[in-house]
Amino acid sequence: MGVLEHKFQDNVVVASMDKLIGWARSTSPWFFQFGLACCAIEMMATAASRHDLMRIGMIPRSSPRQADVMIVAGTVTMKMGLRVKKLYEQMADPKYVISMGSCATSGGPYWQHGYHVLKGVDIVVPVDVYVPGCPPRPEALIEGLLKLQEKIQAERPLTRKSV
Amino acid sequence: MTPTEIKETLDREFPGSVIDNEELAESQIELKPDQWLEIATYLKNDPGLNFDQLECVTGIDTGEDGPLQSRYNFHSMEHRHKIEVVISLDRNNPKVASIEQVWRVGDWFERETYDMFGIIYEGHRDLRRILCPEDWEGWPLRKDYEAQETYHGIVVPKIKEEEWE
Repeated sequence: MGVLEHKFQDNVVVASMDKLIGWARSTSPWFFQFGLACCAIEMMATAASRHDLMRIGMIPRSSPRQADVMIVAGTVTMKMGLRVKKLYEQMADPKYVISMGSCATSGGPYWQHGYHVLKGVDIVVPVDVYVPGCPPRPEALIEGLLKLQEKIQAERPLTRKSV
Repeated sequence: MTPTEIKETLDREFPGSVIDNEELAESQIELKPDQWLEIATYLKNDPGLNFDQLECVTGIDTGEDGPLQSRYNFHSMEHRHKIEVVISLDRNNPKVASIEQVWRVGDWFERETYDMFGIIYEGHRDLRRILCPEDWEGWPLRKDYEAQETYHGIVVPKIKEEEWE
């Protein structure tokens, strides 16, 4: 912050509001447990002690009202697709979606013959990060979450966008 | 009892209800649909048969001109014998008596078979779809099933065989 830095006493931080908000949002994206199929097992493993998502500030939430990130982990059927959309709409802004695994990304093994499977969750909700794999290992999911954190940090929520 | 003895017993108690079908395995019995509820009750309550466990109800689509089949697997805890009952139904009007009130577990089994094959179980107290949404069209496990391309405004493009290769 150029000239203002180190001008003040202790406990005073000079930063732009955009950066501060981005920092606050990106370091505690609580995620919405959305285990739909086998990917959920890997998501649970990621949250459990060995990979410990708490390190990057992520806590599983069971309610869309308390969550910032929806990790769609698993096969989204047409029946579930409507509910995914409804739950996404119930989340408070700012909200993000991670599509975890082949099924959520493109229909996966149900691509051709799954009459009941939505061919990608991005048909019903906007997706921020896609994590490939069937299912992705916890390391892959963490990679995706770090990518999402970068994305949140790069946002400028207070800067007026030129139209 | 061996399956052959069970078959003979049923033939004696309900004359004309057992159909000879060479294609079936030894433990499978094909029955006519009309007396099914009485036969099912007999299978459960007769001390010599005592089929106290209904293991599975499922359907089979035998193809374009063939019938739809409703199949039941029974097991007796006491006598340790098993049979499979096959009932062939007209594919344009597949109706058979429900055995949901004989074996309570048949409730969901029959709902699933109804959901996937469209077999109507007459006398079932709650015959609704169980896996597919209630407004789903068609019977997915039938051979002539055509998947619907839209569902509540969600368009699902069909992937053709050629595009896959």
